[in-house]
Amino acid sequence: MSLAKRSVLISALVISLGTWVFWWGTDGFTAFTAETARRVEILRSPRALPDVTLEDQNGKNFHLKDYQGKLLAVDFIFTRCTTLCRSMGMIFKQIRDLIPEESLGRDFALLSISFDPEHDDPANLKKYGEAYGADGNIWRIARVQDKAELQSLLDAFGIIVIPDQFGGFEHNTALHLVGRDGRLRLISDIDKAVPFAEQVVALL
Amino acid sequence: MIGSLSHHSGRSALALGAFYLLLATPIARDWLEASMSRHMLVQMPLLVVIGIIAARLVPVRVQDSLLIRFGGAWPCVIAAMFASSYWMLPRALDAALTDPWAEVAKFITLPFLVGFPLVLAWRRLTLIGRGFVWTNFFSMLAVLGWLYIVAPVRVCNSYLVNDQENAGWYMVIASVLLFFWWLGTLLVGGGVGPDKPDQGGSGGTFA
Repeated sequence: MSLAKRSVLISALVISLGTWVFWWGTDGFTAFTAETARRVEILRSPRALPDVTLEDQNGKNFHLKDYQGKLLAVDFIFTRCTTLCRSMGMIFKQIRDLIPEESLGRDFALLSISFDPEHDDPANLKKYGEAYGADGNIWRIARVQDKAELQSLLDAFGIIVIPDQFGGFEHNTALHLVGRDGRLRLISDIDKAVPFAEQVVALL
Repeated sequence: MIGSLSHHSGRSALALGAFYLLLATPIARDWLEASMSRHMLVQMPLLVVIGIIAARLVPVRVQDSLLIRFGGAWPCVIAAMFASSYWMLPRALDAALTDPWAEVAKFITLPFLVGFPLVLAWRRLTLIGRGFVWTNFFSMLAVLGWLYIVAPVRVCNSYLVNDQENAGWYMVIASVLLFFWWLGTLLVGGGVGPDKPDQGGSGGTFA
């Protein structure tokens, strides 16, 4: 075979292989960031979560498994946060108010998890909760005290927390929905509170 | 003469290998990957440079036979373009930090699918071919940098948002500086960049 022919043939091969790698690496040209990838993957196959022990704003210990059989909205916060988590509080409040009252607590609950257990003791969690009307029953604010458990929970959710230069944290912020089977089944943008609530209502 | 030459290149190869291993050590990786700018604009270019130097240590005769085996200059250039643009995806950057296999892939593909094949192809590329490779690279760098600056969201979960903006600015600045440097060589040195065409004196073109 002449070199020119080989050149064309191998080029075509390289192009198809390269395109395939891009296709494979971006879930069919849909997910160019790790954040989108996390959401696409969850939709395709809901993910099991570790059964961690949490402590809520009243100092009460409980397990993630205790929520099985209910739909559970989860967000991740740290109470010193002055930016996104403040709006997260408002957004969770908005979601709660969009769910029919008779389902609240019975078939649907909210859980805000702090990834800053050293600072966020029950007193600080309570302060944060009171700012948004979290009652400690329908909506709990909680921390995971065990470092290894916290990390395994963050890993399962796909949350990456990095310290910023102001002594706080930056993290990927989203609304998470855990199904009755205890699996993470939906992740949406925080500005999609209404569609998120509609999804929950459709599942009730 | 030949003996001393190969002795010399043997030492260079050893130094290069040592540098490659050094970059792969956890300390170097942690430091270079701690910021998005260092990750994209120091570590990844260094890995490409390792591939470039490695290829140049290969005797010209062997380079030529490798080039023929790979089907000439174009497959090499195309492979380099695919591999280099893949590692510009924010998702690939995050993966390199969270998935050890992605990190391994990065350390292998940047030298051996970008730097190495580019050197093999370079001497066979015409002025226009080189211009294509360069301008493609500049524009990719500038556009991506601009996207990072204006992106309303954090594109990498592993990096702070102001780190992303810094990286964006560095990329735009680097692309402008590189462009003027290349333009300079085009006006004065024949547009060949750092390398003279056919420096091995082996003349002629394949394909």
